[in-house]
Order: sequence, then structure tokens, then C-alpha cells
Amino acid sequence: MIIDHPLLGPCDAQEFVYKGDARLIDRPDGMAEEAHVAFFDYAYLRDNPAGVHRELWFHEQGDRSWLVVTRNTVTHAIVQVELARDVARAGGRGT
Amino acid sequence: MRYSGFRVLKEALTGHKGWKPAWRAPAPKPHYDIVIVGGGGHGLATAYYLARQFRQHKVAVLEKGWIGGGNVGRNTTIIRSNYLLEGNEPFYEFSLKLWEGLEQDFNYNAMVSQRGILNLIHTDAQRDAFVRRGNAMILNGADAELLSPAQIRREYPFLNFNDARFPIKGGLAQRRGGTVRHDAVAWGYARGADQRGVDIIQNCEVTGFRIETGTCVGVETSRGFIGAGKVGVAVAGSSSRVMAHAGMRLPIESHVLQAFVSEGLKPVLPGVITFGAGHFYCSQSDKGGLVFGGDIDGYNSYAQRGNLPVIEDVAEGGMALFPGLGRVRLLRLWGGIMDMSMDGSPIIDRTHVCGLYFNGGWCYGGFKATPASGWCFAHLLATDTPHPTATAYRFDRFERGRMIDEKGMGAQPNLH
Ligand SMILES: Cc1cc2nc3c(=O)[nH]c(=O)nc-3n(C[C@H](O)[C@H](O)[C@H](O)COP(=O)(O)OP(=O)(O)OC[C@H]3O[C@@H](n4cnc5c(N)ncnc54)[C@H](O)[C@@H]3O)c2cc1C
Repeated sequence: MIIDHPLLGPCDAQEFVYKGDARLIDRPDGMAEEAHVAFFDYAYLRDNPAGVHRELWFHEQGDRSWLVVTRNTVTHAIVQVELARDVARAGGRGT
Repeated sequence: MRYSGFRVLKEALTGHKGWKPAWRAPAPKPHYDIVIVGGGGHGLATAYYLARQFRQHKVAVLEKGWIGGGNVGRNTTIIRSNYLLEGNEPFYEFSLKLWEGLEQDFNYNAMVSQRGILNLIHTDAQRDAFVRRGNAMILNGADAELLSPAQIRREYPFLNFNDARFPIKGGLAQRRGGTVRHDAVAWGYARGADQRGVDIIQNCEVTGFRIETGTCVGVETSRGFIGAGKVGVAVAGSSSRVMAHAGMRLPIESHVLQAFVSEGLKPVLPGVITFGAGHFYCSQSDKGGLVFGGDIDGYNSYAQRGNLPVIEDVAEGGMALFPGLGRVRLLRLWGGIMDMSMDGSPIIDRTHVCGLYFNGGWCYGGFKATPASGWCFAHLLATDTPHPTATAYRFDRFERGRMIDEKGMGAQPNLH
């Protein structure tokens, strides 16, 4: 698989470490009521779809940026690559 | 029809006209006491033990394709019970004991071959870990033996003992481990279940559960609705997709694992060798092909085929351990989709839906578990209580912090 890095262009997927579902960006609030329930869900449960999946890849042997790769788990085709930073900010993080 | 040497002789002399199909192809009935979803090793074994051990005869196995087309026919056929943790080792040892009597039990030649499995040691830390594991195995009634390099050299003289990075410093052997002909396991269980009245229904995909006031009353399938007193799901790599029909999200990711077979060679490998440090393991089939594999590809996949980097990695691991492999031609390679759980251990449990039961999360190691998994799932379905060796395989262990994490890797399925 070739991941088209938004800053570096096409890179071999071997340069990356795979983390899993991109929902991991949305870390629950540890101070909230019932935080343990939210964290159980966050840490252990997955949608695991057959088809389009948004997932986190870390460019460990490259620029060490985290990417959100949208990939089809049935065909392995990659349809979109974003910087995880941008995705997190668009979701209201770091503001 | 019972299979025996006498039968083979008789058929040989009468033109092989007396053989009958090993199982029927019945049309689905409107209702069964127990419906098993998934005709892999685990689903078929469950049906077999339900009928044989728990006297349940109104049972159907629903398989979306053909039986044995999933992981049970795609794995590298290794059986062993060399686990460390309390929750696992008694279960896998129960499974190994069932393998030892399986062929007589279901009257089918599954080519169970206890040729032994050897995990190689390369460092002091690894030796400490393996000694501890061997002791845990012995405490649970399994066999384990620590071998010196000299002992290994006698059985595997062609290994590269002096690799600069991973010299062989010893090994942990389990002599009762070995290999089994995987398709024959599916066929043997199918035949045994069919003979005891179980309907095995192929080309029948489950597309939903009918749930009324919190109780599962049957399944929607590509061949219409089938009513059921209880439904047991054992669909391995498809676990998340199927359980989503019951509104469940599982502690599971589906990943692809590849396997490789070489051209046939004269006998060279007496047993199974694993080179964990180099991501490579290998055995030799009775046909002579070297059967080998390595790590999972490491990303979510339902593709039943992997990518080139892992093929390269496996080949490099193989060459480092076993330089003679370079002369051997690769015949085939393929992939299977595995239900990788969050702690690397399986689940055999009820669900929040009354009458709906789940068996999955087998990762890359569920073939060896087939007999015990079938037995324990049948036990749960028939008696509504977990089998004593499977009490730890609960859904709520993640919530309660009671993970069974052999490698101590945490909630990261591609590291187990
Ligand atoms: C390459 C590879 C090597 C492996 N090597 C080993 C090994 O050496 N030792 C070991 O112990 N384990 C090994 N494993 C793991 C082992 O094969 C699996 O854990 C085990 O086979 C899974 O259980 P099963 O046999 O029931 O799965 P499967 O055979 O996959 O059965 C599941 C069945 O469910 C069916 N199904 C799915 N969805 C539906 C639906 N909606 N309706 C009806 N049916 C459905 C599928 O078609 C399939 O037939 C390996 C796996 C792979 C891929």
C-alpha cells in the first residue's frame, strides 16, 4: 500500500506504524461523570467495518506525523489522507 | 457408514461404488432448538459436541459459503498447549487432550500428528520467559521440555545456529504439539454432527437476528427466516459484522494473516519450529511442502489477501533461520481474516440479548482450540453455564480489568 502523505507525497506503508480506528483522536473527558464507561468504550470497543475505515497511521520512519487515512478494508484502496492534527483541530481540539 | 481399513479394502475390491456423501444437504427447517452461525471448525465442532455430548439433536449449522472455506481451511494447522496464563492454559490443554482422541471419537482420519513443536530461544531474557512458561504448562498437566542447542542440533542440523543477531541458545519443546490436516477437521466434525441429526446448511448467509423484547427468536438468512430457541455465533473474522446485526460493538479488529506453501520436498523438518524473534514459523506437510508463515499484516482487513512487505519479512526470517530455504520454490500463498481481540484471548460467552451467544476473538491461534472451543460453546449453549476451562473468556473482562494478555501488549490487536 502507498500512502499519499499530505506533506511528503507518496510513501510506502511500511514506513508507518498502524494504530487503529481514527476515533482514538476523540479521547473522552477523564473528569466527566461516568468517565470509566466512556473509557471502556474508547479503549476496547471497535466498529471494525468491512468497507470504508478511517484509521491512524504514524510515520515513524519518516516525519513522525500522525495521519488519518481513509481506506477500504475490503480492497485496501486508500481514498483520502489527512494530517491527524488537522482532523483533531477541525474537531475542536487544541483551541 | 463407519470408515475402517476393512471398508477401504472392500470398496477397493468392488470399484468404490459404495461410498456415500459424508453429510446430507438438507433444506432448512422452520425452527431448531439451537442454530449455529458459521460452518468453520468452531461452529461444526460445537454442533458435533451438542449432539454427541449434550444430546441436542434439533441443531442446524448455517454457513454462508461452503464449510471449511474460512480460516479452518486456511491456517497452518499447528496444535499446541504452550500458554502461560491461568485463563488460557487449562483450556488449551483440554483442547490438546481432545485432539489426542479425536479421530477415534469422530471416526475420521484427521491426520493428527504429534510431531512436536519447538520455540527457539535466542537471549537470556527469552530463556527466562520460556522457562516460566514451561513451568506454567507443567503445572497445568501439559508437557514441556527445555532443550539445549546440542539437542536441537541433533533434530534440526540445518538451522543457522550462529546467526549474528539471533544465535540459537536453546528451545522450549512441547512433544505433544504438532499438526493436523485442517480440512479433515471440518469434514470430520461435519460428518459426525450430520450422523447425529444436525442439519448442515451451506450457502445460507445470516443477514440479521430477529430479536423480540430482548430475546433472540431466530435468524434472518439468505434462505429466509429460521426460528431458533438459541443462537450461537462462531464466525471468526466476520464476528464484528455479524454481531453488529444485534447492535453490538466488539473488542475485536479483523486483520489478515498470510500463509505460504513450498513445492514438495523429501522429509526435512521433523516437527514444527517457531522463530518468534524473526517472525517466522515452519512445518512440513505430509505431502512434503514446507508450510510457513509469520506476522499478521497489521492493519484492519477483510480482503483475505495480504501485501508484499509481510511476504518479504517472512522470507527474510526464514532465510535467517534456515538458509537452505533459499533454494526452495514457493508454490502458493494466501490470507485469512482473523478476529484479533483486544487482549489476544478469545470470548465464549452470552450476550446482552437473551438466547444469543458468542464465540470469537480467536486471533491467529484458533485452530488448535477447535475441539475445546466446540465443547465449551456446546456446554454453554446446552447448560447456560460456562465450561470450567472457559470461565475466563467473558465479554466483561475488559470492563473489569481482567484481561488475559499473554504478551502484555495492551489493547492493541496488531501486537498480540
Ligand atoms: C494463515 C493462517 C494461519 C493460521 N495458523 C494457525 C495455526 O497454525 N494454529 C492455530 O491454532 N490457528 C491458526 N490460525 C487461526 C485459525 O485458523 C482460526 O482462529 C480458526 O480457524 C477460526 O475458527 P473457525 O475455524 O470457526 O473459522 P472459520 O473457518 O473462518 O469459520 C467461520 C465461518 O463463518 C462463516 N460466516 C461468516 N459470516 C457468516 C454469516 N453472516 N452467515 C453464515 N456464515 C457466516 C464463514 O464463511 C466461515 O466459514 C491461522 C489462521 C490463518 C488465517
